[in-house]
Amino acid sequence: MSETGNRDIASAARLEAELWDDDVLVSVENLVKYYPIRGGGIISRTIGQVQAVDGVSLVVRRGQTLGLVGETGCGKSTLARCIAGLFQVTSGRILFEGRDITNLSRRQMQPFRREIQMIFQDPYGSLNPRRRVGSIIGDPFTVHKTASGAQRKRAVQELMERVGLNPEHYNRFPAEFSGGQRQRIGVARALALRPKLIICDEPVSALDVSIQAQVLNLLADLQDDFGLTYLFIAHDLEVVRHVSHSVSVMYLGKIAEQGLKNDVYDSARHPYTAALLSAAPAADPNAAAQRQRILLTGDVPSPVNPPSGCRFHTRCPKAQSLCGEQEPVLEAKAGDPANHLTACHFPVQAGEQLARAAGRDQR
Amino acid sequence: MSITEIQFQAQTVESAPEQAIQGRSQWQLTWRRLRSDRVAVGSVVVILIVAICAIIAPVFAALTGHPVDQEYPNTGWTLQGLPVGPMTHGFLLGTDSQARDLIVRIAYGARISLFVGISTTFVATLAGVTIGMISGYFGGGVDAVLARFIDAVLAFPFIVLALSLAAVFGPSLTIVLVVITFFSWAGISRVVRGQTLSIKEKEYIEAARSLGAGPWRIMFIDILPNLMAPVLVLATLSIPAAIVFEATLSYLGLGIQLPTPSWGNMLADAQNDFQVAWWYLLFPALALLITTLAFNLLGDGVRDAMDPRTERIFAAASGRRGRRKRRRVTPIDVLSDPAQPTLGGPA
Repeated sequence: MSETGNRDIASAARLEAELWDDDVLVSVENLVKYYPIRGGGIISRTIGQVQAVDGVSLVVRRGQTLGLVGETGCGKSTLARCIAGLFQVTSGRILFEGRDITNLSRRQMQPFRREIQMIFQDPYGSLNPRRRVGSIIGDPFTVHKTASGAQRKRAVQELMERVGLNPEHYNRFPAEFSGGQRQRIGVARALALRPKLIICDEPVSALDVSIQAQVLNLLADLQDDFGLTYLFIAHDLEVVRHVSHSVSVMYLGKIAEQGLKNDVYDSARHPYTAALLSAAPAADPNAAAQRQRILLTGDVPSPVNPPSGCRFHTRCPKAQSLCGEQEPVLEAKAGDPANHLTACHFPVQAGEQLARAAGRDQR
Repeated sequence: MSITEIQFQAQTVESAPEQAIQGRSQWQLTWRRLRSDRVAVGSVVVILIVAICAIIAPVFAALTGHPVDQEYPNTGWTLQGLPVGPMTHGFLLGTDSQARDLIVRIAYGARISLFVGISTTFVATLAGVTIGMISGYFGGGVDAVLARFIDAVLAFPFIVLALSLAAVFGPSLTIVLVVITFFSWAGISRVVRGQTLSIKEKEYIEAARSLGAGPWRIMFIDILPNLMAPVLVLATLSIPAAIVFEATLSYLGLGIQLPTPSWGNMLADAQNDFQVAWWYLLFPALALLITTLAFNLLGDGVRDAMDPRTERIFAAASGRRGRRKRRRVTPIDVLSDPAQPTLGGPA
C-alpha cells in the first residue's frame, strides 16, 4: 500500500494546480441534503430539518479509492445515496465525468446507473430473500436489457466465479449463504454492468474480521482488474487506511478534514480526526500503551439543531469562543500540502498533546 | 484468469446436475410442511370432494334420475304435501318443499358456492394486491387517497349496498359477484399496503433502485414474492367468507333466486318447513358448514406452513406431534427457510 501511497502523492502534486482535469471521475460540489420533519396536526407542515449532509464537496479520482469516515449518523450513507441517485438532493451539484447528474429523473439517470453501482452494508438485508441468487445477480442485465437467457446465465456464472462463489450455487437462495458469501453476491451484482464507480457503503462492517479481509482483498483485486473507482464508506479507520488513496473525515454532515491517506493519518490537523485516530485500536501493544487516548465528552449533537459555528466545538478539547461563533472554512493549513484540507480555527500542531487538554477540560 | 479458463468452467457448470444444487424454494418448503399437516390434508380432501360434487352435479342428476328442477309431487311429497325424509322413494337425503331431490340440489348449490367463493376471491385478491402495493409503494398523495378509500370500503355497511343494488337492478348472480368482490379486496389491500410499507424500506429494494429498476418492476419482481405468504393465507380465508357472504345474500333474498339452488336460498326456504322436515334445513346447512370449515382449516394450515413460527389456532395434539417430529428429522428445512414476514393474524 505504501507504494501506491507514494505514487499518489506524486500524482496529486502534479494535479494540485488544476482541480478540474480528466482524472476526476466524480465531483461533489457543496452538496446539501436536508430531510424535512413533518408535523403539526391534521395538515402536515415542515417543522424542522434534519441537516444530514450540509455543504459537502469532494472529488473522487479515477481508479482510486476515496475513504469516507465518520461516526454513525454523520451523513456518510446519505451522501453515498445522493451520489448513487437514490435520494433527491436539496442543493449542490454532483458531476460524473463532468456531466451534471444531480436530481435527474429515473429515465435520465438510467445511463449513469450502469456507471455507478453500490455495495450495501447489510449482506442480509440487501439481498431479496425470496429470489434465487442467479436472478439477483442477473438483475442488472435484465433491467438494462444487456443480456438474456443462456447468455445472461453464463454472464452471471462468470461473475460468481470472479467473486469467489461456486457458480453451481446459481439456483440457491440468499439464506443458504454465509455473511461473507452474501457480500460476494452483492459485489457480483454491483460488478455486473462493469461500472466505473462503485460506492461501498460500509461493505465489511457487518462481517467477521477474517471475512472482512477476504472481501477487502476481493475489492482490491477487482479494482486492479477492472480499473474501478471506489467511494469507500466505513467507520473502521484501519480498514479505510488499508483500502484508500485519500480520505475524507465527516462530522455531523460536514467534512472536517480531507487529504491523501498518509497526510491525514500521519499528521491529522482536525482535533476530531486526531480523536478518532487515537480511539482506533492499535495492533502493536507497545504502541497502544504509549499512545494518549483523546476522550471526547458527550454525544454527537442532533443534526436537527446542529451547534453554531464549528459543529465540533461542543466536544472539542481545543474549542475557544471563536469556534462557537464562526464556522471554519475547509482550507489547507500552513505547512500542509494544498490538497490536505482542514476545517478548523485551531488545527492540531505536530507533536501537540490533545489528550491532556481534554483531560483538563473534563476535570 | 484467462478467458478459456472461464469458458471451461462455464461449460462444466452447464453440464453439472442442476437438481443437486437447486435450493428449496419457499413453495417447496411450504408444500412439504402442508403435506404432513393432517388437518390441512383432510381439508384439501374435503374441498376436493365438494368440488367434484359440484363438477359432476349433472351426473348426480343422471344417476338418481332426478333433474335439479324436477318436482315429484307423487313420490316426493307425503299425502299432506310435506317433503319426504331421507332414504324414501329413492330420495337419498329426502326432498324439499317443492318435492325436488335434495341431494341433487345440494350438489348444484355447491357449484354456486364454489364459483362465487373462488371467482370473487380471485378478482378481489388481484385488485387488493395491486391497489395495496400501489398505495404502499408510491405513498404520498396516492396513498392518502387509496388508503382512505380502503377505509371507506371497510366501514361501509355492505348489506345496505346489497339491498339497494338488488332493489335497483333486481337480485342476480352478477350483483352477488360484484358486491362480494367489492367488499373483499379492501381487507387484502390493507394488509398488502402495510407489508409493502415495511418491505419497501429494505435494503434490497434500494439495491434494485440503484440498478435502475422502475417502480413496477420493483413492485412485481421484488416486493410481490415477499407478499405471497400473507396474500395466499388471506385468499384462502377469503373463499369461505365469500361463500358465507353469498349464502347470506341468498338467504335474505338478495342473491341467487329460486328455483336456481344455492345453499343460502335453500336455508331460507327451509325455514318454513324445518319443524316437519329437519333434513331440508340440516343438509344444506351441513354442506355450508363443512365447506367453509374445510377452507378455514386449510387457510390455517397454509399460514402454519408458510410461517412455522406462528402457533396454529386449532392445534390438534397429533398435528403438534407430527410437526415436532418433522422438525427434528429435517432441521435443514427450518434453517434454509428464507426469512418470513410474520402474519398479523387472521383477516
